[in-house]
Amino acid sequence: MLMKVLVIEDDQQAASYLAKGLKEAGHVVDLAHDGKDGLFLAGSEHYDVMVVDRMLPGRDGLSLVEILRATGNDTPVLFLSALGSVDDRVKGLRAGGDDYLTKPYAFSELLARIEVLVRRRTAAQPQTKLAVGDLELDLLSRTVKRSGKPIELLPREFALLEYLMRNAGSVVTRTMMLENVWDYHFDPQTNVIDVHIARLRQKIDKDFPAPLIHTVRGAGYSLRAPE
Amino acid sequence: MSALATSLLRLVHTTPFRLALLYLALFILSVGVILLVVYRSTAGFLEGEIGETIALEVAGLQDQYRSTGLRGLVDAVRDRSAMPHTNSVYLLTTPGGVTLAGNLSAWPDAAPGDDGWLHFKVADYGGADDRPSTAMAVTFTLPGQFRLLVGRDMSEIDQLRGRMLVSLRWVFAVTVVLGLGGGLLVARGAMRRIEAINRTTLRIMAGDLSGRVPRGGGGDEIDRLAGNLNAMLDQIERLMTGMRQVTESVAHDLRTPLSRLRARVELALIHDTEDPEVYRAVLQDTITEADRLLATFTALLSIAEAESGAKRTDLEPVDLAGVVRLAADLYEPVAEEKGQTLSTEVLGEATVRGNEQLLAQAVSNLLDNAIKYTPEGGRIALLLEGAGPGRAARVTVADSGPGIPEDMREKVLQRFVRLDTARASPGNGLGLSLVDAVARLHGAQLVLEDNGPGLRISLVFPATAVPAGSPREKAGTFAPATG
Repeated sequence: MLMKVLVIEDDQQAASYLAKGLKEAGHVVDLAHDGKDGLFLAGSEHYDVMVVDRMLPGRDGLSLVEILRATGNDTPVLFLSALGSVDDRVKGLRAGGDDYLTKPYAFSELLARIEVLVRRRTAAQPQTKLAVGDLELDLLSRTVKRSGKPIELLPREFALLEYLMRNAGSVVTRTMMLENVWDYHFDPQTNVIDVHIARLRQKIDKDFPAPLIHTVRGAGYSLRAPE
Repeated sequence: MSALATSLLRLVHTTPFRLALLYLALFILSVGVILLVVYRSTAGFLEGEIGETIALEVAGLQDQYRSTGLRGLVDAVRDRSAMPHTNSVYLLTTPGGVTLAGNLSAWPDAAPGDDGWLHFKVADYGGADDRPSTAMAVTFTLPGQFRLLVGRDMSEIDQLRGRMLVSLRWVFAVTVVLGLGGGLLVARGAMRRIEAINRTTLRIMAGDLSGRVPRGGGGDEIDRLAGNLNAMLDQIERLMTGMRQVTESVAHDLRTPLSRLRARVELALIHDTEDPEVYRAVLQDTITEADRLLATFTALLSIAEAESGAKRTDLEPVDLAGVVRLAADLYEPVAEEKGQTLSTEVLGEATVRGNEQLLAQAVSNLLDNAIKYTPEGGRIALLLEGAGPGRAARVTVADSGPGIPEDMREKVLQRFVRLDTARASPGNGLGLSLVDAVARLHGAQLVLEDNGPGLRISLVFPATAVPAGSPREKAGTFAPATG
C-alpha cells in the first residue's frame, strides 16, 4: 500500500530520518518545517495521512489541525509530541488528531500507526462480521469460527482478536493493542501483550496448518490471511 | 545607640505598635477627661467651702450690726481685721468712700460675677501682707449708703489647686509613660514572634531548609500561622529532598546503562569485522538498551506527573472496580504463565476522585511486582473493598512471595531502590515509587504488611477521596433507613 505522507516537523534531523524511513517503506513523503508551510501544503495537496509535531514554530500543531478540520480537511493526523501525559494526549485528540505518539518513539511504531490510520479511513461502513481467510468473527452474536469450527474465546480475547482483524494486514504494535483493547495509555513493566497473543494463538492457530497471527520482529504482530 | 534607634524606628512601623499607639491615644484621652472632671469637681467643692465660711462671717457681722449698730460693726470689723494671719478680708466705707475699718486700702473696682461673688487681687488693694493671691468677697450696702465687703483670701485654695494641677500633671505623665511602655511591650511581644517567623523565612531563603518557626503553644492566630508555615515547610523540604534524591539517583542509575551502551558500540567499532551480522547484533542490543533507558525515563516522568500537585485539579470520578477488573484481566494470563493463581475479588463498588490512567498504572505495577517476585505455584490475590471505617475504598494485592522485611518497607518506596533479593529480576526500581506517588496524589495511603508469607500491599483511599455527588454518595443519601 503506497501512501502519500505529509510530515510537519521542525527538527530537521528528526524530519529527514522520518522521511528516509517512510520512503524506504515505499511511501511518498513531503516535508514541512514549520506550521505555516505545513498548513499551505496540507491545503494545496491531497495526502493520505499527516504526521504533525505538536510544537512548531510559526503555528503550533494543535491549532494547525484545528484549522484543517474547520476547513473540512479530514486527512488522518498522527500527532508527535514530547509531551506525554494523559492530558496532552486528550488535548491532541480533541483538536482533531486521530492518534498521538509520544517522543521518543520507535519508527516501526509510527509506521504501524499511520498505516492503520489510512486503512481505517478507507475501510467500508460499519460491519457486523469480520473475516480474514477462513477466520470469521460475528460482532452481533459475538462468536468466532475458523473453517466453520466454533472457537470459544474469553471476552478480552474476543476484543483483541476483533482489533487484530479490523487491522488485518497491518502491523499492530503492543502499545497500540494496550491503548485500543485495554485503554492503557502507558506501558506496563512486563510484556503482558505477548502472553495474551500466545493464548490467542493457542485457540486460533494451533489446530490449523496455516497460522494467521504473525510476529513482526521489532514491531509487533500482524494478522493476515495465508497467501 | 544608633542600632537601638533603628530598631525603635522599625518598631514604630509595625502593625502591633500602631495598634498599641491607637489604643494609647484613646487611653490618654479617657484619662484626661477623668482627671479634668476630678479637678473641676474638687475646685468647685473648695470654692463652695469658702463661700460657706464667708456666709458664716457675714452672719456674725449681721448679728453685731443688728445689736450694736454701725459703731459695733466698725469695732467688729476692726477687731477681726486686726487678727494676725487672718485669711479674711474686710472693708467698711462711708457713703463718701472713706474707709471706716478693714484690712483693704481701697474698694476693689471689680464688678461682681454672675454668681454674686466679687473676685479681685488682694495685692492691688493694699492687702495686709502684700499677698499675690486673689480673694473672693461679697458686698452689702447698709442703710445710709455705708458699704461693707466681706471676703476671703484664696491663697490656700490657689495653692491647693496648684498642687492638684501639679499632681494631676504627674498622674497624666505617668499614665502616658506607662501606657506607652505597656504598648511598646505588647507590640514588642507580638513583634518578637513575627520577627522570629521572619528570621526563619530569611534563613530558609538563604538555603537552610531545616529551619522551623517557633511556636508559643498558646494556640492563638500567630501560633496557627506558625503551625501552617511549618507544615508548608515540611512539605517543601520533603519535595526538595525527593528532588535531590531523584537527581542523584537519575545520575547514578542512568549513567551505568549509558556507559554500557557506549562501550558496546565502541567495542563493535574497534572490533573491525566484515561480518554485518556482528554489527546488526550490536545495533539490536543498543536499541534494547536505549528502550530500557527510555522506559526508565518514562517511569520517572510518570512519577513526576503524579507528584506535581498541579494535576490535582484534573481528577475525575474513577470507578475503581473497573480499574481493578481491567488490570486483573490483563495480568491473569501472565500469572497463569508463571504457574501462579491470580484471584480477583471485588467486594464493593467504589468511586474515587482520581486520574484513571495513573490508578490503572499503580494497580498494574502492584500486580507486576507480585507476579515477578512470587515463585512458581504461588498465589496472588487482588482485592477491592468498598467503604469502611475511615476509608472510601481499599485495593489490596497480596502475594505468597518472599515479602519485604519490615525495616525495608519505607525504603522500597524510594526511587531506584531495589532489594538485593530483587536484583536478579528485571526492573528499574521505580515501580513502587510510582505507586507511592499515585497514592499521595489521591490522598491515599500505601500500606505494606506481612502476608505471612509474602507481601500484602494496600492502597487505602480516605473517605474524603469520594467525589461529591458520586453515584455512591447519592445512593447513600436516598437510601431508605433499614432497621
